[in-house]
Parts: sequence; structure tokens; C-alpha cells
Amino acid sequence: MGGFKSKIDRRTLLKGTAAMGAAAFASPYFFTKGASAYVNEPTGSSVTFGFNVPQTGAYADEGADELRAYQLAVEHLNGEGDGGLLNTFSSKELKGSGVLGKKVEFTTGDTQTKSDAARASAKRMIEKDGAIMITGGSSSGVAIAVQSLCQEAGVIFMAGLTHSNDTTGKDRRRNGFRHFFNTEMSGAALGPVMEANYGNDRKAYHLTADYTWGWSQEGSIKKYSEAIGWETVNAVRTPLGAGDFSQYITPVLNSGADVLILNHYGKDMVNSLTQAVQFGLRDKQVNGKNFEIVVPLYSRLMAQGAGENVKGIFGSTNWHWSLQDEGSQAFVKSFGAKYGFPPSQAAHTCYVQALLYADAAQRAGSFNPCAIVEALEGFEFDGMGNGPTLYRADDHQCFKKVLVVKGNENPTSQFDLLEVVQEVPAEKVTYDPTGDEFAGDLGACNAG
Amino acid sequence: MDAILLQVLNGLDKGAAYALIALGLTLIFGTLGVVNFAHGALFMLGAFCAVTINRALTLEKVALSETQTTAWGTPLEIRTPYAQEWFGDFGLTIIDYSVPLSILIAIPFMLLVGIAMERGLVRFFYKRPHAEQILVTFGLAIVLQEIVKAIYGANPIQQDAPSIVQGAADIGALFGDPGALVYPWWRIVYLIFSGVVIAAVFAFLQFTTFGMVVRAGMADRETVGLLGINIDRRFTIVFGIAAVVAGLAGVMYTPILPPDYHIGMDFLVLSFVVVVVGGMGSLPGAVAAGFLLGVLQSFASMTAVRDILSKVGIVGLDQIIIYLVAIVVLLVRPRGLMGRKGVME
Repeated sequence: MGGFKSKIDRRTLLKGTAAMGAAAFASPYFFTKGASAYVNEPTGSSVTFGFNVPQTGAYADEGADELRAYQLAVEHLNGEGDGGLLNTFSSKELKGSGVLGKKVEFTTGDTQTKSDAARASAKRMIEKDGAIMITGGSSSGVAIAVQSLCQEAGVIFMAGLTHSNDTTGKDRRRNGFRHFFNTEMSGAALGPVMEANYGNDRKAYHLTADYTWGWSQEGSIKKYSEAIGWETVNAVRTPLGAGDFSQYITPVLNSGADVLILNHYGKDMVNSLTQAVQFGLRDKQVNGKNFEIVVPLYSRLMAQGAGENVKGIFGSTNWHWSLQDEGSQAFVKSFGAKYGFPPSQAAHTCYVQALLYADAAQRAGSFNPCAIVEALEGFEFDGMGNGPTLYRADDHQCFKKVLVVKGNENPTSQFDLLEVVQEVPAEKVTYDPTGDEFAGDLGACNAG
Repeated sequence: MDAILLQVLNGLDKGAAYALIALGLTLIFGTLGVVNFAHGALFMLGAFCAVTINRALTLEKVALSETQTTAWGTPLEIRTPYAQEWFGDFGLTIIDYSVPLSILIAIPFMLLVGIAMERGLVRFFYKRPHAEQILVTFGLAIVLQEIVKAIYGANPIQQDAPSIVQGAADIGALFGDPGALVYPWWRIVYLIFSGVVIAAVFAFLQFTTFGMVVRAGMADRETVGLLGINIDRRFTIVFGIAAVVAGLAGVMYTPILPPDYHIGMDFLVLSFVVVVVGGMGSLPGAVAAGFLLGVLQSFASMTAVRDILSKVGIVGLDQIIIYLVAIVVLLVRPRGLMGRKGVME
């Protein structure tokens, strides 16, 4: 004993303590938090998904549609209903018996379309409800905030409706994935259509929502409209939720511009478009041409609010229920039969994200976030409504067809508001993930 | 020159909406001394009167198609408004005029809402501090918003102006320069309508016995009470009138801005600024400040003004001009433009 004692001097003890401290600091979550290999590893017969959608606030209706889609996805994953897109999905790993033999359950949170509220609800679902992953949302600001929280917490984030380049650009994270398209793709898809319909000699005036998505959208449309020879006369930032846009529209009338680009979404889009039409912009002739309006990002739910004013106006969208491919038809059939109306693009992207996550877990044989990341990176699939799709490993962005749509001149029903003008193939909207506007660092995956 | 005229017109138009709401706020504050944060919700309720009337008029008969189906396999619904089914073209005309027709329903409805609000809730807070009045009325506004959202959803609901006043008026053509100055017909209608409502409220207060008593009550409530006049009852009716003014402003605004449950809150903050700039308790002050701030806001957005400002390094002034003017006015005239001594002091 005495000999043993004499071997441990003060210096050795200090070294040992430091080494243990370092080991504890560097050790994975499972050494410090019980026996789990990763955060919220399911141990029972079920696994819990966390659906974080706006249930209150201006995007509550869009959030409600997302939630409907998630509930449908859970039913299909558990073998209830008609199976929806599981029947058309190119990967056949999911058999309608849950995921990895576990029944899928879910918990929901309210993002309120506010970054802090969304982070709080995601945190609650991870820490209290044991959510294995978080998905949903209807705003880029929220998506970026929740994505970074999920990265820190060590769970996967499958983004809902978020269109800013930054989500998979400078703010990309290894644990985050986006199926929805972005402003760069909208610009790339709309550019040739604007050229074909309105020519090369045009003067554009931008009204832009003054926040991250608006700036991203303005930049992309400027890039692609100037590339086809259009001149940007002015780009005016408008406060989010301005309500009455008349003070911003009246200067357009005498600006010499012959195209108005409305980089607005949701309520702002409804209001600015309605008011632009009221001011007679669409009946106006400038520089010997008809004045035109372009809405780069359309949402059918919101287009309902703008009524007749959307007729003939070009824009882009991620997906539309009138698509005739097998996958889209299967989804519309399942959703329509359950709820009595067709799904929105927000519902579609959320449903697909839930299935893609489940499929990745099934293929990986684990819910470990790092295994899921590996399964999703570079994953190619089809049958989900957008044609052949790639989840690019470099930035976790999906590349697939982008739809150019136009407000329907002769709608046959209250849902038939948009008409698909062109399905722009994925290769036309693919960009370099290391370009100046997109460069970011995914970092390492975090399993908690 | 055309651009300046256009902005003046637009400013007056924006100011008209501010003035109408601020007028109601000032009426309530001037008579009852209550800071009513639920006033925006009254504007919103008015707007949803128009939505409700429109929904009622466009109630549809649903028949199922025998030949066509929806994308999800159920028979296609063929919808025809009952009004059209029963009255033919006359029914369609009624639907076309649903916004102005809503006024007929909105007046009694808003009067009742105003009276119920005052008798049922606000009167219990007369002797309480302003902070508590603000809290309770703000809470009421949130409750009303959530009720409307539960019924109508969160998305804006488009309301069309009658087809005869849709589109834009070519004012320039009147002066021999077609296309130089165009302005939406409905906004012109709104401006005239606001003028009529404001004039009616002033005439009512100025030229009727009821108005005279109310004005006397505003000046010295106690003395009027000592004369044996039930001033409380009259003030309740004034609350109702203020609610009607806000409601009518809301009804007529729906074709300009598709209403949603939050539309009142969007206006409320600006309207309080208008009231403070005009002078607490001053009716002409509220109206004048409404138009003044509307015009200033409009001018700050002019391209020429923005260009000059950006050259000296100022951007985004249009977004804060109202608050900037409020600060300057309050520094120079702490009681506002036409504020009376002793009010809120």
C-alpha cells in the first residue's frame, strides 16, 4: 500500500484529473446522459416525431395544412389509409409497419412564425416530449433559427417551407435538410419564361419585403433579369406587414418602369398585388409595352386572398396539386379524400420530408442523426411529385423540377387558381454550392 | 407635378383612414377618459361585418356533378349562389354591391357592440388608472381577434368593390393629359366617404342638443350631472357612435386591404400616434393630424425624396417618418397640435 501511495505524487494526480476532465468533456452524450447512443434514442415500441408549425399568427392556415400533411404521413408510415406516396416512392424500404419496427407517434409545437418561439417549442419537444427529429415551419428566419438549435441539440431538422438561399447557403448545417426550393432556383426558372413572354428590353421596379428572404429573392431575380438584358430601375424595401402599400406603388406609376416585381410573400403579397392592380398597373402602357407584374414566389393558399388579381401573373412554386405525375396524383388523392380539398405546396413539402426522414432511418437501420445524415447525403429518389430528385451532399439542398406558374385565367374551381406553365428541369436550376452567395460550412454531424 | 399631386391624393386617402379611427378614439377619450386599445378591434369587426354579409349573400347551392369528379375521386361540386338562383341578375347585382350594403348592417351592429362593450366591461374601469384601462381593453382586443380567427381563419379574405368603381380613374384626362394621373376609384370613394362621416360626427356634436350636452359633459362632467342630466347614458351612446365610426371605416376599407383578424392592430398603433400628435381629446386635432401624417408618410416614399435623402446617407425614412414627426411635435408642442390644457396632464 505504501509503495502504491508513493507512486502518486501531486503532479501525477493533477495530470490524471486533467485527463479525466478532458475525457468527460470530449465524451459522447451517452457517457454523460445514461446509456443512449444519441439524443432521444427510442427504447420502447414507438418513436416520436416533432412537428413544429405555425399554429397561431399570420401563417396559421399554412401551418394547419402542414399539420394535416404530417398526420397523413404518420398514418401512411404506420400502415393506415391508402399508403399515399409510399406506393410511388422509388425507395421501397418502408412497408407501412412504422419505422425500424417502431410505431410513429408525434408531438406538435407552435412556431408562431417567430424565431424565439419556434426555438422554444422545438427545445420543448426535444427535451420534454423526446422528439427524435424536428420538422416544419413557414418562414426562412424561423427555419434558420430552428436548424441551428437542432444542430446544437443533436437532432435532425427537416425544414418545411423556407425559400431563402441562406437556409442551405451560408447558414447550412450538417443536421439540417431542405426539400423546398430557393430564391436562386426561382430566379433561374423564371428568367427564361420572363424573356420569352416579355422580351429583353424591359425596365423592372422591385418592391421587396425588408428581411432575409426578401433580400435573397430580390438578389436572385435581379441577377437573372439583368442577365436577359432587363434594367433595374429601382428596388425599394418595404416594412414587413406594411398593410397599405399605396405609398410604395404610386412612385412606380411615374418611374418609367414597365415591370413590377413583388418580392413579397403571404399577406404582404396579397396586399401589394391587390393594390397594384387597383392602381391600374395592369391596364397601363409604358414604353409602348403592356405593364406587367411578376410574383416570384406563389402560394396557392395566399393567392386565394388576392382573388381575381392573380390572373395571368407569372411566378414560381415548389409543387402544385394539378400536376399529373403518378406521385402528385397519389398524394392529392390521399389528402383530398381525407380532408376534402387539395394540399398546398407547404403540405406537400412537409409530407415528403417526413417520409424521406423515415426512409433514411429505415435504410440506415438506426435513428442516430449521423447515420441519417449519411443516408440522406447524395440520396437520389423519384415518385414524390417533383420527378427525379437529388439531396445534394454539399449543402443538403434538394434539386428537382421547379414549376413556373401563372394565375389561372379560367379557374374551374375555388382551388384551381394557378396554372402550371412550365416544369423547369433540375439541371437548369442547379448551381455551384461554393459560389459567393451560397458558400457556407455544414460542420460535423451532431448526435448529441 | 403629377407625382406630387398623386402623393397628395394618396396621403389624404391614407390620412382619411387614420383620421376616422383617431376620431373615434378621441371621442371615447374626450368623453369617458378611457384609453381604448380595443378600438382597432372595432375597425376589424366592421371589416368582418362586410365579410359576413358577403358570405351570407354568396351562400351557395351545392349540386354534385354526375359526370365530373375531383382529383381525389369525389364528384365535382357545382356551386350557384342562392341569390342568383332566386333573383337572377338582380341577385348578382346585390352581391356586387355587398360592401356598401354592409354599411346598413354594420351601423346597428357596431352601435350594439359599442354599447355592450361600454356597459359590460369598460365602465368598471373608469376610476382605475390608465394602465389598467389599457390592459383590459388590449386583452379584449386579443379575445375578439382570436374569435374572428377561429371563425374565418388567419388568411386575408378578398372583398371586391362594386364593379362600377373597380379599376382606376384617369384624373389626368379631366385636365387634358390622359394617363398622367390615375387613381383607384374606390380610394376616391373612401376619401369622400370619410369626409362625409367626419362632417356628420362634427355636425352631430355641434348642431344637436344631444351633441351640445355631450360637449358640455366633455368640458365639465360634474356640473352637467348636477344639472340633472344623465350624462353617463349619453356617454354610453357616444361610445357606441365611436364604435360605429371605427366599424364603418373598417367596412369601407375591405376592398383596399383584404381583411384578416390582425387588421385592427395594424392600424391601432398608428392611430394612437395620430391622437397624440393631434392633441389628446381634441377632435379637430385628431382629424388634422390624421391627414397630416398620411400626407407626410406618402411624400417620404417619393422617389425624388428618397434619392435626395439617400445622397445624404438617410435610407428608410419612409418607414419611420410618422414616429419622427411625433417626436418633433411633442418636443415643440407637448400637448400636441391642438391639445387642451389639463387633459392627460
